[in-house]
Amino acid sequence: MLTKRIIPCLDVKDGKVVKGVQFKNLTVEGDPAKLAAIYAEQGADELVFLDITASYEKRGTILDVAKRTADMISIPFTVGGGIRNLTDIRNLLNSGADKVSINTTAIRESQLVKQAAETFGSQCIVVAIDSKRIYVKEDVPDKIVVDTPQGRCWWEAYVEGGRTPTGLDAISWAMKVKELGAGELLPTSMDCDGMQTGYDIPLTRTMSEKTNLPVIASGGAGNLEHIFEVLTEGKADAALAASIFHRSQYSIEEVKKYLSERGVPMRPIKEEV
Amino acid sequence: MPRAAVINYGVGNLRSLQRGLEKSGAKVLITYSPSDLAKSDAIVLPGVGAFAEAIKNLSPLSDALLQSVRDGKPLLGICLGLQLLFTRSYEGGSKNGLNLIQGEIVKLPDTVKTPHIGWNTIQIAKPNPLVENVQNNSFMYFVHTYSPKPSEQSGVIAYTEYGVKFPSIIAKKNLFATQFHPEKSSKPGLAILKNFVKIVKR
Repeated sequence: MLTKRIIPCLDVKDGKVVKGVQFKNLTVEGDPAKLAAIYAEQGADELVFLDITASYEKRGTILDVAKRTADMISIPFTVGGGIRNLTDIRNLLNSGADKVSINTTAIRESQLVKQAAETFGSQCIVVAIDSKRIYVKEDVPDKIVVDTPQGRCWWEAYVEGGRTPTGLDAISWAMKVKELGAGELLPTSMDCDGMQTGYDIPLTRTMSEKTNLPVIASGGAGNLEHIFEVLTEGKADAALAASIFHRSQYSIEEVKKYLSERGVPMRPIKEEV
Repeated sequence: MPRAAVINYGVGNLRSLQRGLEKSGAKVLITYSPSDLAKSDAIVLPGVGAFAEAIKNLSPLSDALLQSVRDGKPLLGICLGLQLLFTRSYEGGSKNGLNLIQGEIVKLPDTVKTPHIGWNTIQIAKPNPLVENVQNNSFMYFVHTYSPKPSEQSGVIAYTEYGVKFPSIIAKKNLFATQFHPEKSSKPGLAILKNFVKIVKR
Protein backbone atom coordinates (compact mmCIF):
# COMPACT_ATOMS: atom_id res chain seq x y z
CA MET A 1 0.00 0.00 0.00
CA LEU A 2 1.21 3.48 -0.89
CA THR A 3 2.09 5.32 2.30
CA LYS A 4 1.70 8.97 3.16
CA ARG A 5 5.00 10.82 3.31
CA ILE A 6 6.59 12.89 6.08
CA ILE A 7 8.95 15.50 4.69
CA PRO A 8 11.20 17.78 6.75
CA CYS A 9 12.06 21.04 5.00
CA LEU A 10 15.36 22.86 5.44
CA ASP A 11 15.90 26.53 4.56
CA VAL A 12 19.33 26.97 3.03
CA LYS A 13 21.18 30.25 2.45
CA ASP A 14 24.63 30.47 0.86
CA GLY A 15 25.00 26.72 1.35
CA LYS A 16 24.20 26.72 5.08
CA VAL A 17 21.01 25.98 6.98
CA VAL A 18 19.49 29.21 8.14
CA LYS A 19 18.55 28.26 11.67
CA GLY A 20 20.31 25.74 13.83
CA VAL A 21 18.45 22.50 14.12
CA GLN A 22 17.97 21.01 17.54
CA PHE A 23 17.94 17.25 17.74
CA LYS A 24 17.52 15.65 21.14
CA ASN A 25 20.82 16.20 22.96
CA LEU A 26 22.44 17.62 19.88
CA THR A 27 22.37 20.94 18.07
CA VAL A 28 23.54 20.75 14.49
CA GLU A 29 24.50 24.01 12.91
CA GLY A 30 25.41 24.64 9.38
CA ASP A 31 25.71 21.79 6.98
CA PRO A 32 22.46 20.87 5.19
CA ALA A 33 23.88 17.58 3.91
CA LYS A 34 24.71 16.36 7.41
CA LEU A 35 21.25 17.32 8.66
CA ALA A 36 19.69 15.56 5.70
CA ALA A 37 21.59 12.41 6.62
CA ILE A 38 20.29 12.55 10.19
CA TYR A 39 16.69 13.02 9.06
CA ALA A 40 17.06 10.18 6.54
CA GLU A 41 18.40 7.91 9.26
CA GLN A 42 15.47 8.87 11.52
CA GLY A 43 12.98 7.72 8.91
CA ALA A 44 12.07 10.80 6.87
CA ASP A 45 10.45 9.73 3.59
CA GLU A 46 11.85 12.60 1.54
CA LEU A 47 13.53 15.94 2.13
CA VAL A 48 13.05 19.41 0.74
CA PHE A 49 15.71 22.13 0.58
CA LEU A 50 14.43 25.63 0.09
CA ASP A 51 17.27 27.77 -1.21
CA ILE A 52 16.83 31.37 -0.10
CA THR A 53 20.25 32.54 -1.29
CA ALA A 54 19.70 36.12 -2.38
CA SER A 55 22.74 36.92 -4.48
CA TYR A 56 22.94 35.38 -7.91
CA GLU A 57 26.72 34.90 -7.57
CA LYS A 58 26.25 32.51 -4.67
CA ARG A 59 23.53 30.44 -6.35
CA GLY A 60 26.07 27.74 -7.11
CA THR A 61 26.34 26.89 -3.41
CA ILE A 62 23.12 24.89 -3.56
CA LEU A 63 24.62 22.61 -6.22
CA ASP A 64 27.37 21.68 -3.84
CA VAL A 65 24.76 20.98 -1.13
CA ALA A 66 22.84 18.76 -3.56
CA LYS A 67 25.97 16.82 -4.51
CA ARG A 68 27.04 16.16 -0.95
CA THR A 69 23.49 15.24 0.06
CA ALA A 70 23.11 12.78 -2.82
CA ASP A 71 26.36 11.16 -1.74
CA MET A 72 25.13 10.72 1.81
CA ILE A 73 21.48 9.70 1.62
CA SER A 74 19.45 7.17 -0.36
CA ILE A 75 16.01 8.74 -0.14
CA PRO A 76 14.67 11.32 -2.58
CA PHE A 77 15.11 15.04 -2.11
CA THR A 78 13.73 18.15 -3.78
CA VAL A 79 15.38 21.52 -4.21
CA GLY A 80 13.34 24.69 -4.58
CA GLY A 81 13.96 28.41 -4.61
CA GLY A 82 15.34 30.72 -7.27
CA ILE A 83 14.93 28.35 -10.22
CA ARG A 84 14.72 30.45 -13.37
CA ASN A 85 15.28 28.26 -16.40
CA LEU A 86 16.00 24.81 -17.81
CA THR A 87 19.72 25.19 -17.12
CA ASP A 88 19.07 25.72 -13.40
CA ILE A 89 16.93 22.57 -13.38
CA ARG A 90 19.47 20.51 -15.33
CA ASN A 91 22.28 21.60 -13.01
CA LEU A 92 20.32 20.60 -9.93
CA LEU A 93 19.30 17.20 -11.30
CA ASN A 94 22.85 16.51 -12.45
CA SER A 95 24.06 17.42 -8.97
CA GLY A 96 21.87 14.71 -7.47
CA ALA A 97 18.51 16.36 -6.75
CA ASP A 98 15.58 14.10 -7.63
CA LYS A 99 13.04 16.86 -8.09
CA VAL A 100 12.95 20.60 -8.35
CA SER A 101 10.24 22.85 -7.04
CA ILE A 102 9.36 25.89 -9.14
CA ASN A 103 7.28 28.79 -7.92
CA THR A 104 7.77 32.36 -9.19
CA THR A 105 9.12 31.49 -12.63
CA ALA A 106 6.34 28.96 -13.19
CA ILE A 107 3.82 31.79 -12.90
CA ARG A 108 5.86 34.37 -14.82
CA GLU A 109 6.74 31.98 -17.66
CA SER A 110 4.37 29.04 -17.51
CA GLN A 111 5.99 27.45 -20.57
CA LEU A 112 8.95 26.60 -18.35
CA VAL A 113 6.77 24.01 -16.59
CA LYS A 114 5.85 22.46 -19.93
CA GLN A 115 9.40 22.47 -21.28
CA ALA A 116 10.80 21.12 -18.03
CA ALA A 117 8.26 18.29 -17.90
CA GLU A 118 8.96 17.39 -21.52
CA THR A 119 12.72 17.53 -21.06
CA PHE A 120 13.17 15.94 -17.64
CA GLY A 121 9.86 14.18 -17.03
CA SER A 122 6.85 15.18 -14.94
CA GLN A 123 8.12 13.09 -12.04
CA CYS A 124 10.76 15.67 -11.15
CA ILE A 125 8.70 18.83 -11.58
CA VAL A 126 7.02 20.05 -8.42
CA VAL A 127 5.10 23.31 -8.62
CA ALA A 128 5.04 25.25 -5.35
CA ILE A 129 2.13 27.63 -4.87
CA ASP A 130 2.14 30.19 -2.06
CA SER A 131 -1.55 30.67 -1.38
CA LYS A 132 -3.41 33.28 0.66
CA ARG A 133 -7.11 33.33 1.48
CA ILE A 134 -9.27 36.12 0.08
CA TYR A 135 -12.60 36.15 1.92
CA VAL A 136 -15.68 36.97 -0.14
CA LYS A 137 -19.43 37.25 0.42
CA GLU A 138 -20.48 35.81 -2.93
CA ASP A 139 -19.09 33.83 -5.81
CA VAL A 140 -16.43 35.58 -7.88
CA PRO A 141 -16.16 34.98 -11.63
CA ASP A 142 -13.09 32.89 -12.61
CA LYS A 143 -12.26 32.07 -8.99
CA ILE A 144 -12.90 28.81 -7.21
CA VAL A 145 -14.71 29.86 -4.06
CA VAL A 146 -14.98 27.42 -1.18
CA ASP A 147 -16.83 27.43 2.13
CA THR A 148 -14.47 27.10 5.09
CA PRO A 149 -15.16 27.19 8.83
CA GLN A 150 -13.80 30.76 8.77
CA GLY A 151 -16.00 31.90 5.88
CA ARG A 152 -16.19 31.76 2.09
CA CYS A 153 -12.91 32.34 0.31
CA TRP A 154 -10.71 31.72 -2.66
CA TRP A 155 -6.92 31.52 -2.62
CA GLU A 156 -4.65 34.01 -4.33
CA ALA A 157 -1.25 32.79 -5.55
CA TYR A 158 1.75 34.88 -4.46
CA VAL A 159 5.27 34.93 -5.88
CA GLU A 160 8.72 36.11 -4.80
CA GLY A 161 8.67 34.40 -1.43
CA GLY A 162 5.17 35.60 -0.63
CA ARG A 163 5.88 39.26 -1.31
CA THR A 164 3.96 39.77 -4.54
CA PRO A 165 0.28 38.96 -5.15
CA THR A 166 -0.56 37.79 -8.66
CA GLY A 167 -4.35 37.97 -8.78
CA LEU A 168 -4.27 34.33 -9.90
CA ASP A 169 -6.58 31.80 -8.31
CA ALA A 170 -4.24 29.22 -6.75
CA ILE A 171 -6.60 26.29 -7.40
CA SER A 172 -7.13 27.19 -11.07
CA TRP A 173 -3.38 27.67 -11.39
CA ALA A 174 -2.81 24.20 -9.93
CA MET A 175 -5.19 22.75 -12.53
CA LYS A 176 -3.32 24.60 -15.25
CA VAL A 177 0.12 23.31 -14.19
CA LYS A 178 -1.25 19.78 -14.22
CA GLU A 179 -2.05 20.28 -17.90
CA LEU A 180 1.43 21.72 -18.43
CA GLY A 181 2.97 18.55 -16.99
CA ALA A 182 3.70 19.15 -13.31
CA GLY A 183 4.02 15.89 -11.38
CA GLU A 184 3.32 17.16 -7.88
CA LEU A 185 1.95 20.22 -6.09
CA LEU A 186 3.30 21.94 -3.01
CA PRO A 187 0.76 24.48 -1.74
CA THR A 188 2.00 26.59 1.17
CA SER A 189 -0.67 28.35 3.15
CA MET A 190 0.50 31.90 3.80
CA ASP A 191 -2.26 32.30 6.38
CA CYS A 192 -1.04 29.33 8.40
CA ASP A 193 2.71 29.32 7.75
CA GLY A 194 4.71 29.85 10.94
CA MET A 195 1.57 29.98 13.09
CA GLN A 196 1.74 26.35 14.20
CA THR A 197 -2.08 26.29 14.39
CA GLY A 198 -2.62 23.64 11.71
CA TYR A 199 -2.51 23.39 7.93
CA ASP A 200 -5.13 25.05 5.71
CA ILE A 201 -7.23 21.91 5.29
CA PRO A 202 -9.74 23.30 2.73
CA LEU A 203 -6.80 24.49 0.59
CA THR A 204 -5.09 21.10 0.35
CA ARG A 205 -8.38 19.24 0.02
CA THR A 206 -9.65 21.46 -2.79
CA MET A 207 -6.34 21.30 -4.64
CA SER A 208 -6.16 17.53 -4.26
CA GLU A 209 -9.75 16.99 -5.45
CA LYS A 210 -9.56 19.42 -8.36
CA THR A 211 -6.24 18.20 -9.78
CA ASN A 212 -5.92 14.57 -8.66
CA LEU A 213 -2.15 15.19 -8.50
CA PRO A 214 -0.10 14.24 -5.44
CA VAL A 215 -0.21 17.17 -2.98
CA ILE A 216 2.46 18.02 -0.41
CA ALA A 217 0.84 20.13 2.31
CA SER A 218 2.94 22.92 3.73
CA GLY A 219 2.55 25.65 6.32
CA GLY A 220 1.06 25.45 9.79
CA ALA A 221 2.14 22.19 11.41
CA GLY A 222 2.22 22.66 15.17
CA ASN A 223 1.31 19.27 16.54
CA LEU A 224 0.65 15.65 15.59
CA GLU A 225 -3.09 16.14 15.21
CA HIS A 226 -2.45 18.80 12.54
CA ILE A 227 -0.47 16.34 10.46
CA PHE A 228 -3.15 13.69 10.91
CA GLU A 229 -5.86 16.15 9.79
CA VAL A 230 -4.11 17.24 6.63
CA LEU A 231 -3.32 13.67 5.54
CA THR A 232 -6.91 12.51 6.09
CA GLU A 233 -9.50 15.31 5.91
CA GLY A 234 -7.09 17.49 3.89
CA LYS A 235 -6.50 14.68 1.37
CA ALA A 236 -2.80 15.51 1.17
CA ASP A 237 -0.36 12.80 0.11
CA ALA A 238 2.55 14.17 2.07
CA ALA A 239 3.06 16.57 4.96
CA LEU A 240 5.96 18.98 4.94
CA ALA A 241 7.09 20.56 8.18
CA ALA A 242 10.02 22.57 9.39
CA SER A 243 10.00 23.97 12.89
CA ILE A 244 8.35 21.05 14.69
CA PHE A 245 11.25 18.88 13.56
CA HIS A 246 14.04 21.43 13.79
CA ARG A 247 13.11 22.43 17.33
CA SER A 248 12.83 18.76 18.18
CA GLN A 249 9.24 19.25 19.25
CA TYR A 250 8.59 15.86 17.70
CA SER A 251 10.87 13.28 16.14
CA ILE A 252 10.00 11.66 12.81
CA GLU A 253 9.50 8.46 14.79
CA GLU A 254 6.90 10.05 17.08
CA VAL A 255 5.02 11.48 14.11
CA LYS A 256 4.96 8.17 12.28
CA LYS A 257 3.97 6.19 15.37
CA TYR A 258 1.08 8.57 16.08
CA LEU A 259 -0.17 8.44 12.51
CA SER A 260 0.10 4.69 12.03
CA GLU A 261 -1.76 4.09 15.29
CA ARG A 262 -4.58 6.15 13.78
CA GLY A 263 -4.66 4.13 10.60
CA VAL A 264 -2.62 6.39 8.31
CA PRO A 265 -0.35 4.18 6.18
CA MET A 266 3.29 4.93 7.04
CA ARG A 267 6.62 3.50 5.99
CA PRO A 268 8.07 2.05 9.20
CA ILE A 269 11.14 3.64 10.77
CA LYS A 270 12.94 0.36 11.26
CA GLU A 271 13.87 -1.27 8.02
CA GLU A 272 14.65 -4.93 7.95
CA VAL A 273 17.14 -6.08 5.40
CA MET B 1 35.80 -5.29 -8.88
CA PRO B 2 33.05 -5.67 -11.51
CA ARG B 3 32.63 -2.76 -13.89
CA ALA B 4 29.07 -1.52 -14.31
CA ALA B 5 28.27 0.76 -17.23
CA VAL B 6 25.43 3.14 -16.34
CA ILE B 7 23.88 4.38 -19.55
CA ASN B 8 23.63 8.15 -19.61
CA TYR B 9 21.27 8.73 -22.52
CA GLY B 10 19.71 11.93 -21.40
CA VAL B 11 19.08 13.87 -18.27
CA GLY B 12 18.35 13.17 -14.68
CA ASN B 13 19.97 12.29 -11.44
CA LEU B 14 22.54 9.52 -11.92
CA ARG B 15 24.61 10.50 -8.92
CA SER B 16 22.55 8.52 -6.38
CA LEU B 17 22.63 5.46 -8.60
CA GLN B 18 26.38 5.75 -9.04
CA ARG B 19 26.91 5.98 -5.27
CA GLY B 20 24.54 3.08 -4.63
CA LEU B 21 26.38 0.83 -7.05
CA GLU B 22 29.76 1.89 -5.67
CA LYS B 23 28.64 1.12 -2.13
CA SER B 24 27.57 -2.27 -3.46
CA GLY B 25 31.08 -2.98 -4.66
CA ALA B 26 30.98 -2.04 -8.34
CA LYS B 27 33.23 0.24 -10.32
CA VAL B 28 30.87 2.60 -12.12
CA LEU B 29 31.27 4.12 -15.53
CA ILE B 30 28.64 6.67 -16.56
CA THR B 31 28.70 6.43 -20.32
CA TYR B 32 27.07 7.03 -23.67
CA SER B 33 29.57 5.01 -25.66
CA PRO B 34 28.84 1.63 -27.30
CA SER B 35 32.43 0.47 -26.77
CA ASP B 36 32.12 1.07 -23.01
CA LEU B 37 29.09 -1.23 -22.96
CA ALA B 38 31.14 -3.90 -24.69
CA LYS B 39 33.98 -3.55 -22.16
CA SER B 40 31.83 -3.57 -19.01
CA ASP B 41 30.78 -6.57 -16.92
CA ALA B 42 27.24 -5.33 -16.43
CA ILE B 43 24.89 -2.70 -17.79
CA VAL B 44 22.52 -0.50 -15.83
CA LEU B 45 19.75 1.20 -17.77
CA PRO B 46 18.33 3.97 -15.60
CA GLY B 47 15.64 6.29 -16.73
CA VAL B 48 13.39 9.17 -16.01
CA GLY B 49 11.22 11.17 -18.34
CA ALA B 50 9.19 10.19 -21.34
CA PHE B 51 9.38 6.82 -23.14
CA ALA B 52 9.56 8.17 -26.70
CA GLU B 53 12.35 10.62 -25.91
CA ALA B 54 14.33 7.95 -24.04
CA ILE B 55 14.09 5.29 -26.75
CA LYS B 56 15.21 7.88 -29.30
CA ASN B 57 18.20 8.92 -27.18
CA LEU B 58 19.04 5.27 -26.60
CA SER B 59 19.08 4.33 -30.29
CA PRO B 60 22.83 4.92 -30.94
CA LEU B 61 23.53 2.42 -28.14
CA SER B 62 20.83 -0.13 -28.78
CA ASP B 63 22.92 -2.46 -30.98
CA ALA B 64 25.69 -2.63 -28.39
CA LEU B 65 23.13 -3.09 -25.64
CA LEU B 66 21.30 -5.92 -27.42
CA GLN B 67 24.61 -7.63 -28.23
CA SER B 68 25.68 -7.46 -24.56
CA VAL B 69 22.38 -9.01 -23.50
CA ARG B 70 22.81 -11.80 -26.09
CA ASP B 71 26.31 -12.38 -24.70
CA GLY B 72 24.73 -13.02 -21.32
CA LYS B 73 25.90 -9.84 -19.60
CA PRO B 74 23.68 -8.93 -16.62
CA LEU B 75 21.50 -5.89 -17.22
CA LEU B 76 19.50 -3.95 -14.63
CA GLY B 77 16.69 -1.70 -15.86
CA ILE B 78 15.33 0.85 -13.41
CA CYS B 79 11.94 2.60 -13.66
CA LEU B 80 11.74 3.86 -17.26
CA GLY B 81 14.76 1.59 -17.84
CA LEU B 82 12.46 -1.36 -17.09
CA GLN B 83 9.80 -0.04 -19.43
CA LEU B 84 12.27 0.40 -22.32
CA LEU B 85 12.97 -3.35 -22.25
CA PHE B 86 9.35 -4.10 -23.21
CA THR B 87 7.80 -4.63 -26.64
CA ARG B 88 5.84 -1.41 -26.63
CA SER B 89 4.54 1.43 -24.51
CA TYR B 90 1.33 3.41 -24.82
CA GLU B 91 2.87 6.54 -23.31
CA GLY B 92 2.29 9.31 -25.87
CA GLY B 93 0.76 6.94 -28.45
CA SER B 94 2.07 3.45 -29.24
CA LYS B 95 5.88 3.33 -29.27
CA ASN B 96 8.18 0.37 -29.80
CA GLY B 97 10.65 -0.60 -27.10
CA LEU B 98 13.67 -2.94 -27.12
CA ASN B 99 11.42 -6.03 -27.09
CA LEU B 100 13.72 -7.94 -24.72
CA ILE B 101 10.70 -8.65 -22.53
CA GLN B 102 7.43 -9.38 -24.33
CA GLY B 103 4.57 -7.24 -23.17
CA GLU B 104 3.23 -3.72 -22.92
CA ILE B 105 3.56 -0.61 -20.80
CA VAL B 106 0.12 0.73 -19.92
CA LYS B 107 -1.21 3.70 -17.95
CA LEU B 108 -2.13 3.20 -14.31
CA PRO B 109 -5.93 3.29 -13.81
CA ASP B 110 -7.82 6.56 -13.40
CA THR B 111 -9.10 5.42 -10.02
CA VAL B 112 -5.80 6.46 -8.41
CA LYS B 113 -3.76 9.65 -8.47
CA THR B 114 -0.93 9.71 -10.98
CA PRO B 115 2.02 9.85 -10.93
CA HIS B 116 2.29 7.04 -8.37
CA ILE B 117 4.77 8.83 -6.11
CA GLY B 118 6.10 7.54 -2.83
CA TRP B 119 6.84 4.46 -0.79
CA ASN B 120 4.94 1.27 -1.55
CA THR B 121 5.47 -2.37 -0.69
CA ILE B 122 6.67 -5.21 -2.91
CA GLN B 123 5.08 -8.63 -2.59
CA ILE B 124 7.70 -11.17 -3.52
CA ALA B 125 6.14 -13.84 -5.73
CA LYS B 126 9.13 -16.09 -6.31
CA PRO B 127 12.75 -16.40 -5.23
CA ASN B 128 15.47 -14.80 -7.30
CA PRO B 129 19.09 -13.80 -6.56
CA LEU B 130 18.01 -10.16 -6.96
CA VAL B 131 15.74 -10.36 -3.88
CA GLU B 132 17.97 -12.54 -1.75
CA ASN B 133 17.67 -11.38 1.88
CA VAL B 134 15.11 -8.76 0.89
CA GLN B 135 12.08 -9.02 3.18
CA ASN B 136 8.66 -9.57 1.68
CA ASN B 137 6.61 -6.33 1.88
CA SER B 138 9.72 -4.14 1.96
CA PHE B 139 9.02 -0.50 1.12
CA MET B 140 10.49 0.88 -2.10
CA TYR B 141 10.31 4.34 -3.66
CA PHE B 142 8.15 4.60 -6.79
CA VAL B 143 7.56 7.42 -9.22
CA HIS B 144 5.76 6.54 -12.45
CA THR B 145 2.49 6.92 -14.36
CA TYR B 146 2.72 3.85 -16.59
CA SER B 147 3.26 0.27 -15.44
CA PRO B 148 4.42 -3.01 -17.01
CA LYS B 149 2.06 -5.70 -18.29
CA PRO B 150 4.22 -8.65 -19.43
CA SER B 151 2.77 -11.27 -21.79
CA GLU B 152 3.78 -14.02 -19.40
CA GLN B 153 3.93 -13.92 -15.63
CA SER B 154 6.80 -16.40 -15.24
CA GLY B 155 9.40 -13.63 -14.98
CA VAL B 156 7.55 -11.68 -12.33
CA ILE B 157 9.57 -11.73 -9.10
CA ALA B 158 7.48 -9.19 -7.17
CA TYR B 159 4.21 -7.31 -7.47
CA THR B 160 3.02 -3.97 -6.14
CA GLU B 161 -0.52 -2.67 -5.84
CA TYR B 162 -1.61 0.80 -6.83
CA GLY B 163 -5.06 0.84 -8.36
CA VAL B 164 -3.98 -2.35 -10.08
CA LYS B 165 -1.57 -5.17 -9.21
CA PHE B 166 1.48 -4.70 -11.45
CA PRO B 167 4.91 -6.37 -11.61
CA SER B 168 7.48 -4.30 -9.74
CA ILE B 169 10.44 -6.66 -10.19
CA ILE B 170 10.98 -8.71 -13.34
CA ALA B 171 13.78 -11.14 -14.17
CA LYS B 172 14.45 -13.08 -17.34
CA LYS B 173 17.78 -14.92 -17.56
CA ASN B 174 20.41 -12.16 -17.40
CA LEU B 175 17.80 -9.36 -17.48
CA PHE B 176 16.68 -7.78 -14.22
CA ALA B 177 14.36 -4.82 -13.84
CA THR B 178 12.62 -2.84 -11.13
CA GLN B 179 9.76 -0.38 -11.54
CA PHE B 180 10.86 1.40 -8.35
CA HIS B 181 14.15 3.22 -7.73
CA PRO B 182 16.42 0.98 -5.62
CA GLU B 183 18.96 3.80 -5.36
CA LYS B 184 16.29 5.93 -3.65
CA SER B 185 14.80 3.19 -1.50
CA SER B 186 17.04 3.41 1.54
CA LYS B 187 18.41 0.13 2.93
CA PRO B 188 16.07 -2.35 1.18
CA GLY B 189 16.88 -0.65 -2.13
CA LEU B 190 20.61 -0.85 -1.50
CA ALA B 191 20.18 -4.56 -0.75
CA ILE B 192 18.81 -5.00 -4.28
CA LEU B 193 21.75 -3.14 -5.81
CA LYS B 194 24.15 -5.28 -3.74
CA ASN B 195 22.41 -8.42 -4.98
CA PHE B 196 22.76 -7.25 -8.56
CA VAL B 197 26.49 -6.66 -8.11
CA LYS B 198 26.75 -10.12 -6.52
CA ILE B 199 25.04 -11.61 -9.58
CA VAL B 200 27.57 -9.83 -11.80
CA LYS B 201 30.45 -11.33 -9.82
CA ARG B 202 29.20 -14.90 -10.35
